[in-house]
Amino acid sequence: MPLSKDEVRHVAMLARIGLEPGDEEFYAEQLSGILAHIDRLEEVDTAAIPPTAQVVEVANRLREDEPRPGLGQSEALANAPAAVDGSFRVPSIQEEA
Amino acid sequence: MASPAWEVVIGMEVHVQPRTRSKMFCGCAVGRLGDAPNSNVCEICLGMPGVLPVINKAAVEACLKTALSLGCEIPRHTKFDRKNYMYPDLPKGYQISQYDLPMSSRGRLELGGREVRIRRVHLEEDTGKLIHAGDKLHRALESYVDLNRAGVALMEIVSEPDLRSADEARDYAMALRTLLRTIGASEAEMEKGQMRAEPNISIRRKGSDELGVKTELKNINSFRALHRAILYEVQRQTEVLESGGTVVQETRGWSDAEQRTFSQRSKEFAEDYRYFPEPDLPPLELDPAWIEELRRALPELPSARNTRLVSKHGLTAADASLISADRELADLFEGAVSAGAPARQTANWIVGEVAPTGKLPSAENLAELVRYVDDGAITRDQGREVLVESVETGRRPSEIVTEHGFVQLSDEAALQAIAEAVVAANPKAVEDYRAGKKQALQALMADLRKRAPQANPKVASGLLLKLLA
Amino acid sequence: MRRLVGSTIGELGKLLRAREVSTREILDAHLGRIEEVDGRVKAFLRLTPELAAEQADRADRALRSGEAGPLTGIPVAVKDVLCVRGVETTAGSQILRGFKPPYTGTAMTRLFDAGVVMLGVTNCDEFAMGSSTENSSYFPTHNPWALERVPGGSSGGSAAAVAAGEAVISLGTDTGGSIRQPAALCGVVGMKPTYGRVSRYGLIAFASSLDQIGPFARSVDDAALTLAAMAGHDPLDATSSDRAGNEVLSNYGGEVKGMRLGVPREYYDVQGIEPGVKAAVDRALQVLRDAGAEIVDVTLPHTDYGLAAYYIIAPAECSSNLARFDGVRYGMSEEDAANVTDAYSKTRRRGFGTEVRRRIMLGTYALSSGYYDAYYLKAQKVRTLIKGDFDQAFKHCDAIVSATSPTVAFPIGSRTQDPLSMYLCDVLTLGGNLAGLPGISVPCGSSEGLPVGLQILAPQWGENVALRVARAYETASGLKAEVAAVG
Repeated sequence: MPLSKDEVRHVAMLARIGLEPGDEEFYAEQLSGILAHIDRLEEVDTAAIPPTAQVVEVANRLREDEPRPGLGQSEALANAPAAVDGSFRVPSIQEEA
Repeated sequence: MASPAWEVVIGMEVHVQPRTRSKMFCGCAVGRLGDAPNSNVCEICLGMPGVLPVINKAAVEACLKTALSLGCEIPRHTKFDRKNYMYPDLPKGYQISQYDLPMSSRGRLELGGREVRIRRVHLEEDTGKLIHAGDKLHRALESYVDLNRAGVALMEIVSEPDLRSADEARDYAMALRTLLRTIGASEAEMEKGQMRAEPNISIRRKGSDELGVKTELKNINSFRALHRAILYEVQRQTEVLESGGTVVQETRGWSDAEQRTFSQRSKEFAEDYRYFPEPDLPPLELDPAWIEELRRALPELPSARNTRLVSKHGLTAADASLISADRELADLFEGAVSAGAPARQTANWIVGEVAPTGKLPSAENLAELVRYVDDGAITRDQGREVLVESVETGRRPSEIVTEHGFVQLSDEAALQAIAEAVVAANPKAVEDYRAGKKQALQALMADLRKRAPQANPKVASGLLLKLLA
Repeated sequence: MRRLVGSTIGELGKLLRAREVSTREILDAHLGRIEEVDGRVKAFLRLTPELAAEQADRADRALRSGEAGPLTGIPVAVKDVLCVRGVETTAGSQILRGFKPPYTGTAMTRLFDAGVVMLGVTNCDEFAMGSSTENSSYFPTHNPWALERVPGGSSGGSAAAVAAGEAVISLGTDTGGSIRQPAALCGVVGMKPTYGRVSRYGLIAFASSLDQIGPFARSVDDAALTLAAMAGHDPLDATSSDRAGNEVLSNYGGEVKGMRLGVPREYYDVQGIEPGVKAAVDRALQVLRDAGAEIVDVTLPHTDYGLAAYYIIAPAECSSNLARFDGVRYGMSEEDAANVTDAYSKTRRRGFGTEVRRRIMLGTYALSSGYYDAYYLKAQKVRTLIKGDFDQAFKHCDAIVSATSPTVAFPIGSRTQDPLSMYLCDVLTLGGNLAGLPGISVPCGSSEGLPVGLQILAPQWGENVALRVARAYETASGLKAEVAAVG
């Protein structure tokens, strides 16, 4: 099914990807084209087929509860674009008041 | 409280930090409040590119023990899922949680003779902490992210909407805490953030079967706050509905400072969490033999202990529920009784003297003390002194009694002279007593205790009565 | 110097152990070759000369003290998605520009412990999303055999580095064919192991249930040696297998006599396969038949749906895996923002390239409320059917043989406008990822003067089977991975 511009806006909001001029049309067209191919999955009868999320053969891979040394504050922050007094800094968090 | 026309419906989501040494999916130590920010972190809980989670076995066991003690069903097969949303306190942009195959479901918690149904208990990871510059969230110019708590294990215990008042909701949370502490699954201290209660609240017309629109409360840091927040919210919803308005489905924060709830996030802006199976973690197959082993290792649960304290030891319902609600007190009680102390008197001492201070003597020392008082060897007042000193120093009551010369004076000959002196020194009280004011005896006894603190009260009052006759 | 460039691990090992050359000399020869040709090939994003010098000195000490292993002193190039402590690692993306991991991934640690010398970091499609290396945010890499053509992708830099003689071996990652397809297009050996054979710890994830790390090499034996050094259970990767059996990476033999090799008709006649590629595969099948293998027809009936399932599952996982790139803890950050959401949106709009954004959008859509069942769940069920197809086919054959890529290397820029035509590059390889199979691509001659690759797929944990067929073919055909002159 083709994607509308409304859907593009909604998906971009969920994915936190900004939309610049022309982006809505671009994604709507490109994703619709890919989805047109993907829609062929509808032809396959999967009513009785269980899903496969992983092809691992292992289960119950548990770790003993033993602490190990971490990075330390300076290394933790070494790649941060903005850090203040040992913390990562982010712009204001806008919530509905 | 709601006016009589309305019924309150509350479901609880309680997040509990299981007692583990390391985080849920990495080896970072679980830090304490007050640690320097971002000091208990590694590449995994920072969500660095390329890292992978590995499940902490102790967290799984704590969750299973909790589920078992709540009578939950444990499935053979469980798995983790990703809950996707981007927020600065969530380093990976998703939280590893459990969605459609949780670690347990359909349990119950007994609360004052009735059952609260438990929908599920599952395992997930905590977020980091945000500190906002400025006084209010919505006015903050910037915020600071501390990820020490990010990735710490969390159990989520979800109840059905079976609670009907703020009192019940608080009692439910307290009973959960007792249970968690009893089985050793968590310290469950609300003030330390190890337990966080989020009530879902709605009200409906009495007699209605439909659920009203609910709000979810957050930022609750104590049982008291839980109680107050629910009372406030019920009142608010009642006023909204009675003035012809509608309740908006939303998340509301509790402000302890202002003693009110305020809107945080309305469901109109609700995230679509896009849950899907966590591809980095293989599923868990819960071997029934393992589950059985965990079940067998569970200590006696508070509800069972409560029953036993009444039936076997003959405690009053009030004493039994107070003592069984605290595993340490209950252990102390039963320890002292098995060391030879009489049950009801021991319960008296625990409820009256030990519980209020929160400082516990050893069971042997308490047993010895209770016996001293019960035998009349020392007075109750002396006993209190001995208890305080024994708790502080750990010494045996017998040593303390000897050292202080605490002996109860029961010798009639010795007490006769003192009683005579008391009668002589208080002519007014004697006159009152003889005139029929029986309570005047108390003034005489008070004077006697001042002159002879170690006097056996029974013997002394007998002597006084003889002199007054 | 020239005799050192273009050698295999075995050849260099002999020289090293005979003290005819030092690790330093081998390193310098390859740095010289990089200097000579990389301006045209553009395989490398950055070199790590200090790390290389340190590792070369350590390797020389190990050689002197007799503690050297087969990989000691071997120069290796590393795809820009594998984290090495202190070495800028960016997944080919602007969003990670400047990021220096505070840790080294498990596969890299194991290779370093085995004594390799890291030359530098190679170019790739951004976040390994692409089949031509044109989606790199830096520059496209050029095919050493025809500089105006692509090297394939996403591990195009690593494939080109080996093909051009700049490295003896290199590392790539394969999510839908990203090792095997560039190996084919560059005329080298490339291997994707069974899912779970190599730890993914330290691999910047694209699609977690599909990604695997694997080697590029000049011979089948070199690929096996490199893989063996990285393989095995890792407590830091819960999906890595703890099964014993990494010996299948060394004692695989080289005889196909009596083996049954399946040719799936859906692969043999795949849509868009070039006649020259088909002819090269026919010649290869004849070589294998002559060597004593029985060639049998098999069928993979759901092949037509593989691409569609893959392009739901991989984007869905990527949409989640790439949510961590928010400009808070590392990488690029757009400062000029009204609030956090705005900062995220701007950072991610500008930090990610077109293809990455396209896939994040697609994956987010496929997982979103109302579409999950129709897309994500449906794709997972089709994945079950595709895996079942392979299970059935392997009842009738020991390994599956086909072209690796339907086409030879195509001109740079020729497919960038049509994502679907680019996605079709992976149509013969992505089934192996969906089913978690080991697969290898070996050079099998040329078409129009450009390399063609032969793909051999084996059942899960059957690396030895794929390696045996590959080595038998390598021996019988006499085709070696040549070093491109780089015109």
